Amino acid sequence: MSILVNKDTRVVVCGITGKSGTFHTKQCLAYGTKIVAGITPGKGGQLSEDGIPIFNSVRESMENEGADAALIFVPPLFAAESIMECIDANLKLVVCISEGIPVHDMVEVNEKLERSNTRLIGPNCPGIITPGECKIGIMPAYIHRPGPIGIVSRSGTLSYEAVWQVTQRGSGQSTCIGIGGDLIVGTTHLDAIKMFNDDPATEAIIMVGEIGGDSEEIAADYVKTHVKKPVAAFIAGRTAPKGRRMGHAGAIVAGKIGTAESKLHALEDAGIVVAETPTAIADALFSVYEK
Amino acid sequence: MHVSSATTIVAQIVEISCIPNVAIHTALRYRNSMNIHEYQAQNLFEEFEIPIPRGIVLRAGDEISYSIMTLDFCKICVKAQIYSGGRGRGRFRRDFGHGGVKIVNSREEAVAVAKNMISNVLITEQTGEMGCVVNAVYVTEAIEVENEYYAAIFLDRKLRRPALMISSGGGMEIEAVAENFPEKLHRMVIDPLFGLRSYQIRDIAYRIGLPKDLSNEMVRILLSLYGLFTHKDCLLAEINPLALTKDGRFIALDGKITFDDNALFRHPEIAELRDPDEEDPREAEAVNYGLSYITLDGNIACLVNGAGLAMATMDSIKHHGGSPANFLDIGGGANGKQIARALEIILMDSRVRGILVNIFGGIVKCDVVAGGIVNAVRTTKLSLPLVVRLEGTNVEIGKQLLNESGLEITLATDLDDAARRIVALAK
Repeated sequence: MSILVNKDTRVVVCGITGKSGTFHTKQCLAYGTKIVAGITPGKGGQLSEDGIPIFNSVRESMENEGADAALIFVPPLFAAESIMECIDANLKLVVCISEGIPVHDMVEVNEKLERSNTRLIGPNCPGIITPGECKIGIMPAYIHRPGPIGIVSRSGTLSYEAVWQVTQRGSGQSTCIGIGGDLIVGTTHLDAIKMFNDDPATEAIIMVGEIGGDSEEIAADYVKTHVKKPVAAFIAGRTAPKGRRMGHAGAIVAGKIGTAESKLHALEDAGIVVAETPTAIADALFSVYEK
Repeated sequence: MHVSSATTIVAQIVEISCIPNVAIHTALRYRNSMNIHEYQAQNLFEEFEIPIPRGIVLRAGDEISYSIMTLDFCKICVKAQIYSGGRGRGRFRRDFGHGGVKIVNSREEAVAVAKNMISNVLITEQTGEMGCVVNAVYVTEAIEVENEYYAAIFLDRKLRRPALMISSGGGMEIEAVAENFPEKLHRMVIDPLFGLRSYQIRDIAYRIGLPKDLSNEMVRILLSLYGLFTHKDCLLAEINPLALTKDGRFIALDGKITFDDNALFRHPEIAELRDPDEEDPREAEAVNYGLSYITLDGNIACLVNGAGLAMATMDSIKHHGGSPANFLDIGGGANGKQIARALEIILMDSRVRGILVNIFGGIVKCDVVAGGIVNAVRTTKLSLPLVVRLEGTNVEIGKQLLNESGLEITLATDLDDAARRIVALAK
């Protein structure tokens, strides 16, 4: 088992004929993901390079093909609209890769999300993968391997780091989620940890975080009271200067909130084992969890 | 900490996570999201019909004497226009015995002060000893103030909604008010679908003891401020102080507006306000090439794909006893040209003693990065130690390209190994 996506998940790709949409649709198909439709307004009725039927709207694709999840590669100016369209089409899961969506647009998206049954992952994230079954995102496939470890990370490439270490040590992942580095994201560390905790196939959890906000602290609080599975964590940005935004819109230390110290303290207080360096993430987990 | 002891529903809304959000608000004071000068903020206030003092902006080469001598007021405030806060407590390199904000009682004095400030270097707590060159001064009517308030609308990250904050302790830093006089601070969450409503502002206006006419004026000003906040895609729109004058009017004496970088594409008029003189030249150059670069104070440069991994790379350098010279994220779709530019930007910093490249290819392909590095090393005739760690898409081709280049490049097995090697080589 896994969380959110598996071999039966049917996916519609928004922005399927764009440069990244085309490239990553191929990659996801090669991994075995069931991509059933693509959306590019004005190209309805055509087929994509890979023979996927294209529709003018998500609603139209749902009437014809149905789907459980959407993968969005739409440019930032139109990405919020695209997420809303997917919410209105009642998709259970929307994964938004697009980077650079204005935060006021995301405030509106959030209002719509809260009135819906849709879960959003991202924006500005690598997506979600259940190794061996379904990849909805842009992560390199070969570093993953099916296994019992759930991984959630704000950063994309840092999640690859954690994944690769786990794979190299002969273990594997149940599901990996990149939640994205923006100020407002659809799925938080807490949401992911709750799902991993309830998933019988996930035996242990890795949480990768970074400075800024308090998503990691909130998740740590939940782990302390609700999670019996072993949890390991890494926090990036211990050496980042205060008050400067380190790339991700969300990665900024403000006063006492969002500091690495605050996060490390909360993690340790919750009994989470913390990796000292990014290379030691898997070692930290395997110090408390036997494969 | 509770903002209000009242037990109404409104008060409960007001209480939600007060301190974290004040702190988040503090974050928005910094310059990563786009900032503008005080006079530019005042111009925007005026555009949205928020009252501001009469005033003019003067730069080197302007007719300073003539401009000031023809003003029709003589109690004058002269303010140096730099992004840094703490201007009033700052001092000038060529010292004339006053800081970056000076109130005078005659036009003649104002002329002298303006001339002292323009092209001088203002040193504040925030600028450090380097200081900051004053290219413009803002000369305004000095207002007789009866009372000072604070008003701001900002994006509350935790609630994922805008919020309104009003304090009767204006003038001072809002963090200090939150810490010392929490009872003076009033917060209200804004429903983005309905916008800020009059009754929300009115409720606070009466709580802070304003009479009816001033309460109505505060409602008008804050609705205007909300209009500015939403129309211009702000993360923060702050009036501090919002002064109540001796003759009973509200006037915005100073302001701070922070814009969402991601939304600048739909506000070319705001993007134009960016002042390149106020920015680190390497950081400004990086922006032009779609790179995210921040200068730090160490001597080991790093070039990484992904913000989280870039921070983790800095942490690893520090862990092995080195000190990072920069944060640099080349982003998701970097090509060979961007990598070459990234290396050149790194080399603009003469303190750099070694370079660590850390790439975990997802969208970025390792062979593209390796090709970019080889070209850049050749064209820049790089003589500094260079350690490269490659993993991910097309890693084998990438490693082969580096190995066969004949250049002196150290290939590391993982990030830890890379950090250890570059720290040793840079010593």
